[in-house]
Amino acid sequence: MSHIRPALVMLILFTILTGIIYPLSLTGLAGAILAREAEGSLVEVNGQRVGSSLIGQTFVSERYFHGRPSATSAPDPADATKTIDAPYNAGNSSGSNLGPIAQKLADRLKEDGEALRKAGIAGPLPADAITASASGLDPHISPAFALLQVASVAKARNLSETKVKELLDALIERPLLGLFGEPRVNVLRLNTALDRLSPA
Amino acid sequence: MTVTGWLQIVLVLSVVILLAYPLGLYMARVFKGEHTFLSPLLRPVETGFYRLAGVRPDQEQGWLAYTLAMLTFSLFGFLSLYLILRVQAYLPYNPQGFDNVPPDLAFNTAISFLTNTNWQAYGGETTMSHFTQMAGLAVHNFLSAATGIALALAVTRAFMHSGLATLGNFWVDLTRTTLYVLLPLSILLAIAFLATGVPQTLAGSVDVTTLEGAKQTIALGPIASQEAIKQLGTNGGGFMNANSAHPLENPTAISNYLQIIAMLLVSSALVMTFGEMVGRRRQGYALLAAMFTLLIAGVALTYWAEANGTPVLAAAGVDPAGGNMEGKEVRFGTAMSALFAAVTTGLSCGAVNAMHASLTPLGGLVPLLLIQLGEVLPGGVGSGLYGMVVFAILAVFVAGLMVGRTPEFLGKKIEAREMKLAMLAVLILPFAILGFSAVAAVLPAALSSLANAGPHGLSEILYAYSSAAGNNGSAFAGLSANTPWFNTTLGIAMALGRFAYVVPVMAIAGSLAAKTRVPVSAGTFPTDTPLFVGLLVGVILILGGLQFFPALALGPIVEQVLMVAGKTF
Repeated sequence: MSHIRPALVMLILFTILTGIIYPLSLTGLAGAILAREAEGSLVEVNGQRVGSSLIGQTFVSERYFHGRPSATSAPDPADATKTIDAPYNAGNSSGSNLGPIAQKLADRLKEDGEALRKAGIAGPLPADAITASASGLDPHISPAFALLQVASVAKARNLSETKVKELLDALIERPLLGLFGEPRVNVLRLNTALDRLSPA
Repeated sequence: MTVTGWLQIVLVLSVVILLAYPLGLYMARVFKGEHTFLSPLLRPVETGFYRLAGVRPDQEQGWLAYTLAMLTFSLFGFLSLYLILRVQAYLPYNPQGFDNVPPDLAFNTAISFLTNTNWQAYGGETTMSHFTQMAGLAVHNFLSAATGIALALAVTRAFMHSGLATLGNFWVDLTRTTLYVLLPLSILLAIAFLATGVPQTLAGSVDVTTLEGAKQTIALGPIASQEAIKQLGTNGGGFMNANSAHPLENPTAISNYLQIIAMLLVSSALVMTFGEMVGRRRQGYALLAAMFTLLIAGVALTYWAEANGTPVLAAAGVDPAGGNMEGKEVRFGTAMSALFAAVTTGLSCGAVNAMHASLTPLGGLVPLLLIQLGEVLPGGVGSGLYGMVVFAILAVFVAGLMVGRTPEFLGKKIEAREMKLAMLAVLILPFAILGFSAVAAVLPAALSSLANAGPHGLSEILYAYSSAAGNNGSAFAGLSANTPWFNTTLGIAMALGRFAYVVPVMAIAGSLAAKTRVPVSAGTFPTDTPLFVGLLVGVILILGGLQFFPALALGPIVEQVLMVAGKTF
């Protein structure tokens, strides 16, 4: 019985301290010193929000570099108890959660691999090219996967391959000091740069 | 595997050890009530809390009073969190207009955050209002972590006290842990996360028009503040469904290092605190050596398995050199995903930066096994330390049997009563994991939740109950766990794993504290030598292996064999 008062009072005090004061004062601080990051690192083109530099988005046009497959879904508008595929749904992050010997995984990999072959990509595929990311929102692809797409993007935009490759090289993020992190390319950043180079 | 991959792994673990030492000594000062550099600022807050709560900080509690205080506090925490979840639609800071959480999910979630499990049967960005995240879930990220540390301190005092049946004061330990350790570290880490790009806003989401003209809705929120304590408190309950794999929770390689270091830091430091407080720093090093030996073995196996890729990937034309990237993020790669997976389960964190369900069979075996070994490598904040002390007691008992002497640990005789209680504690895990898994494996209502057929389906069930009973919180997330059956039984498993484990442990602590310390003699088996570290590692492996090997053989092990044979399901 003697524990009831301290239990209640401590719970209330710590809820106020760690549940209200702590997050709200950090929100205030964030807005003051790191406003862009605090709001989700949004990217604007001609004054219009086109995405977040941290969040991948769907690209289907041949004029753009494509990101990785995404396993995110959304509620089915026809039947709310079911879901439909909705790649790069940044309101509902998710991986495929398929096991390493799932037939569904094998089928999906085969289908995506054949689609890439049809698009003119030859040779062994980089590991990220047909695998779904953990979040379904991976903003990056590997430099190797980007390199394989240079020819088709250059053709669709009537640019020389050298020019597109130069742009890609400039945007490859390399490991810090050659050690920290993986080499990668931010697909949205690359595609906005492409649009600047050759507007539609 | 690459050299740079291994260099990153070694570097991250070295930073943890280097930081754990000063933090461990600082915590020892805090918990002994000595003056620290934060005292001028925090002492008035601390005494104010005691006054309002009617706590007399100098009044020590016996093991039963300490345990009852903890249970009372947890009960009120459960009720208040359950209430918040059930009425969140009427509360402020709900920009997305989320509904109240249904009863079975609210029950599961409330227990989950109370027990430091942070199993998530819901997707954060589609279910929880900002108020629930901040004033409900994040509060218990702090308090369940502080509770775990308080319990570990009580166990520590059992070896400091000689012939004195008290173990400290729960309210004091809780308050000091939160004010002096968790809150300052969280503020620092949250600011660092902000700088790497983690959002911190009260907005619910933002709509953008993509380059191709489609509409994309990006969920946002006060993520940085929550992310910090989620890692530091080994909670692991993500703001978003994809947890630390989500680019807004963990945007860069640097934020990922910070996440791994943060989740290892406090648990590792507590082992140093233990050594310092019982007056034998070498004992702390010995325990830490045992923890990191097993942890590094786990990291190596996962990394090797993931870097090798799978036959299914190779058949689709994927270059095996890139490893298995299904369920992984490009910015982390296989090395930092493997390290994260082993660390989060060696601890009882449960945050994930890769989807464990899509790991290779052996890569997925490691997290599952590390949870089943009791999560003492180095374990959750507090729970890892008291779990390791139980294993140490078992190890000296085994050593005592071999040489025919009464076993001692840190000058305290380990007798029949302690051994019975220790066995009671360690049997909770297999009871909850294997018992519930066995029922679920034949119950149609449970089997309809599986996403994968074949051995991976069994692994999904086994992983769920291991994660719940081990208070981990990670998942083979193909399992649709948001059903009345899983919400209820996993909730019970979580409560058993926390409370049914810790009550016997506290009884051991009470019994040991009351014993007088025996002086070291020629017949004392030293517990700070490499020999003891080896024995401890052996006891952990044999105990875990004997209990869980048959179940693992039907899950990930047979899956590995089938994978090599080229079978799919």
